[in-house]
Amino acid sequence: MPDYSWPDADHRTLIGKRILRVDSPVKVSGRAKYTYDYHGANMLFGKVLRAPFAKAKIVSIDTSAAEKLPGVKAIEIIQKPGSTVPWAGDEIVAVAAVDESTAEDAIRLIKVKYQPMPYLVSDAEPPAGAGEAAGPMSEDDIDDAISNQMPDAQIAKYLEEHGVSFKVDDDFLKDMQGEGASDAVLAAIRQAPYHEMKGASHSNYQKTAAQTSGDPDKAFAEAEVVSEGLYGAPVIVHCCLEPHGSVSEWTDKDHLFTHISTQNVSGIAAQMAEPLEVSAANIRIHQDNIGGGFGSKFAADRWDIAAARLSKKAGGRPVRIMLERDAELKVAGARPSAYARVKVAAKKDGTITAWQSQSWGTGGPGGGGMPPIPYVFGVPNQHKEHTAIRNNIGPARAWRAPNHPQAAVITMGALDDLAAKLNMDPLDLWLKNLDITGPRKDVYREELAVAADLMGWKEKWRPRGQNVSGNIARGLGLSIHTWGGRGHASDCDLTIHPDGSVDIKMGTQDLGTGTRTTIVIVAAETLGIPIEAINLYIGDTLYPPSGGSGGSTTPGGVSSSTRRAAVDAREALFAKVAPALNAQPEDLESVNSTVRVKSEPSRSLNWKQACSKIGAMPLTIRGKNPDKSKLPDLTNSGVGGVGMADVEVDTETGIVKVKKMVAVQDCGLIIDLKMAESSCYGALTMGISYALFEEKIMDQATGRMLNPNMEFYRLAGLNDIPELVVHMMTGKGYDERGVIGLGEPPVISPGAAIANAVANAIGARVSFLPITPDKVLAALSQPKAGA
Amino acid sequence: MQDYDPLKDEPEEKVDESSGVSRRDFLKISTISAAAVPILGTKVVQAAGQPVKIFGPGKVPVELTVNGQKHNLQIEPRVTLLDALRDQLDITGAKRVCDRGECGACTVLLDNRTVYACSVLAIEAQGKTITTVETLMQGESLHPIQQAFVDNDASQCGFCTPGFVMAFKAFLDQHPHANPEEIRRGLSGNLCRCGTYHGIQLAIAQIAQKGA
Repeated sequence: MPDYSWPDADHRTLIGKRILRVDSPVKVSGRAKYTYDYHGANMLFGKVLRAPFAKAKIVSIDTSAAEKLPGVKAIEIIQKPGSTVPWAGDEIVAVAAVDESTAEDAIRLIKVKYQPMPYLVSDAEPPAGAGEAAGPMSEDDIDDAISNQMPDAQIAKYLEEHGVSFKVDDDFLKDMQGEGASDAVLAAIRQAPYHEMKGASHSNYQKTAAQTSGDPDKAFAEAEVVSEGLYGAPVIVHCCLEPHGSVSEWTDKDHLFTHISTQNVSGIAAQMAEPLEVSAANIRIHQDNIGGGFGSKFAADRWDIAAARLSKKAGGRPVRIMLERDAELKVAGARPSAYARVKVAAKKDGTITAWQSQSWGTGGPGGGGMPPIPYVFGVPNQHKEHTAIRNNIGPARAWRAPNHPQAAVITMGALDDLAAKLNMDPLDLWLKNLDITGPRKDVYREELAVAADLMGWKEKWRPRGQNVSGNIARGLGLSIHTWGGRGHASDCDLTIHPDGSVDIKMGTQDLGTGTRTTIVIVAAETLGIPIEAINLYIGDTLYPPSGGSGGSTTPGGVSSSTRRAAVDAREALFAKVAPALNAQPEDLESVNSTVRVKSEPSRSLNWKQACSKIGAMPLTIRGKNPDKSKLPDLTNSGVGGVGMADVEVDTETGIVKVKKMVAVQDCGLIIDLKMAESSCYGALTMGISYALFEEKIMDQATGRMLNPNMEFYRLAGLNDIPELVVHMMTGKGYDERGVIGLGEPPVISPGAAIANAVANAIGARVSFLPITPDKVLAALSQPKAGA
Repeated sequence: MQDYDPLKDEPEEKVDESSGVSRRDFLKISTISAAAVPILGTKVVQAAGQPVKIFGPGKVPVELTVNGQKHNLQIEPRVTLLDALRDQLDITGAKRVCDRGECGACTVLLDNRTVYACSVLAIEAQGKTITTVETLMQGESLHPIQQAFVDNDASQCGFCTPGFVMAFKAFLDQHPHANPEEIRRGLSGNLCRCGTYHGIQLAIAQIAQKGA
């Protein structure tokens, strides 16, 4: 059987080197086409009327004036009278017209009457005693859970455990099917036991069961030091520069062609099939480039379905709906908030003995799950309670490393305050407790040493508030993190043509993470030809399916399927070439575009000559991941990582300036060191942005988002970025693990590290991100505690 | 506003001058629209103390000179330069992101000055030379600024990249001896979400050292 395993360091010419991104030239030239750039012939422009209220029942919809407006070609009611909108900005009606301004005019002519309902958009700490124990789900709860994209398994489990508070009938099931409920969820609703709802109305606060492990009461009673504090991170949004949206056209009455901005090229057709009543096989999905996703673009959204329906009504003409910037920030996804009051116990030597937390947060109508706290450190005695706030801020979606950045802010903040109380350097506290971090403790030890060295931690670190010069306070902070990985399912078709050209087809997508570059490097390395010799086709359902790009699973998935395809193609080529070289196939190798006999390299054919032996027909091989028949597993799971920050705080203005950041990260075998480093630089930058600037600010008076634009929803700019230092762990102990993705891990620690650096600088804790000047000044005006 | 119905198609009118209304002027006009109503019929209003020609409503002929080529369009006066480029001419290097002059992704040159194409009306760009990112390459060779972006991996998703490249080029045209700190300030009107600033800083250093 061929050897599929990754070549070792001595036999790698491309893998692990710093190789330039293959799609940079097309991007810098402005030639790269994105969904937003696609302009179909006779394209119509779609616009969506959005609800102005955070919660309201739709009483009536009158589209008659809009229908009469010249240039309007189709109108689609998305939510009928009687429906309840769960957040401001929810979709009500979509219109397609000959140009964008006409579509906008038509939207203004639509009259919708609403019956506003009480709502909540705050995620402030739940009042004492608020919150009900988990109860049965109402119709609204199920509707919310589906609209809010709660995972199917979670909905099903909840229904099984808690039941429903109403009699389920076929109409309801049909409604939910229309809302996008999967078969699994529909089955769970059907089978859910009926329980009567306790209490008249249903609280915005839902307590999840308390979790206790070990004996926290005893541990706190025996503790030598106890540190208490308040920590958290607000709701932030993805703010993809290319908004969500698509262009759909019916090429005939049974066939839909959709260009869509998605992280999930191969998974979209199945989502569109049911609501559009067309078989998934008749839907073609295409995307050349995507202008950012960050976890928010896995679904065929309501506006995408609306665009396809509008197209049908307009005789198949392409209909484009791309979200306006305000809609993008209001409704196209957000990262749930998480806040916690934490108490940590330790011995005088720094050994952590107990953890207690009361946490809360929101992810919109579905509430928000408890972040994985305490994070990384498996504290032996724990008591945790969490309250999910179900409110009307808009839907949550996966945001890079779901729940981990929030967990890091809470946990690393609490441990940093503990270190201050112990008069310990936090680096020493972290090192002291690595034994409770689990299987990757030695990796953390190694990474912390590298990071400390790159930061100059030992030379620069001072106890809290003791590095002040005039009104400038300087401080250091650190955090560690973890993530899974592994590789998603991926099919790769690799073809060697008789003229020597090679192409690869795969229904994956490149989010700007270097997926294209990864695939061609693996194929070129395996075939012994230059990366330029490979023609790569991705981003279409005409190609074999490959998983959605989430959870850092793409590099593992695409590199594995490509490697297996390329190894098998190479072996098949060797079988055809061997007779010409009077050799056995297993005696051949392909190096520098030459197929030759290993023991006698002069017996050779150049690549083109070798491929001419294939015969008249090209050779196509399908590689798969996972593939238990073609071991080994070429991917792995579980990484560590460290983030360190050096900040300067102006104690007069409260302005925080990050001076330097360090990221040290492992991710198994690195395919392209340059892409890996760029991922980390990007993650540090995004970390600075969410640590200092980003927050989805909701207004309880109007129920709306106050900053749905890029002036007041601030992203870090060029001048906010300091010296960034990235070190990737490679070599023995890392390379042989196989490929692990990198989208999530390095974005986890920066927020926590910056928050801790600010505390170190000013001698006071700013509890919640973003660390804005007002919060810094407020923290400075508090009596010092803990330091 | 009874005389001014934006929804009603009116006969198109030949316009002999290209003194349009910028989006900013339009906002000013909006604030004084009540006072301006009586003279709307004459297609001239006083705005900020200046007579300003009113185009439309309805579609008007607009001539744009983009990358050296003349284009004749029939568009409503409210169409921005960005939307005219993208939706009428299929020139899509300039991206629509914030549509409010906040992010720089739509940066183009108007008579060699950088503008946010989302914040200029197409009618206002008449009679001026419009230059987009599509002209920067010489044949198949990248412009040195583009090459610096490639060399330093200064794009990820790439949606902000054309805007950055154009802002960079225009700044350098006007400040050929700028140092990295000055170039960074010159590009501070552009935003990236993936976090490519580190690569952009390296690209800036490369250009400041070697020139463009």
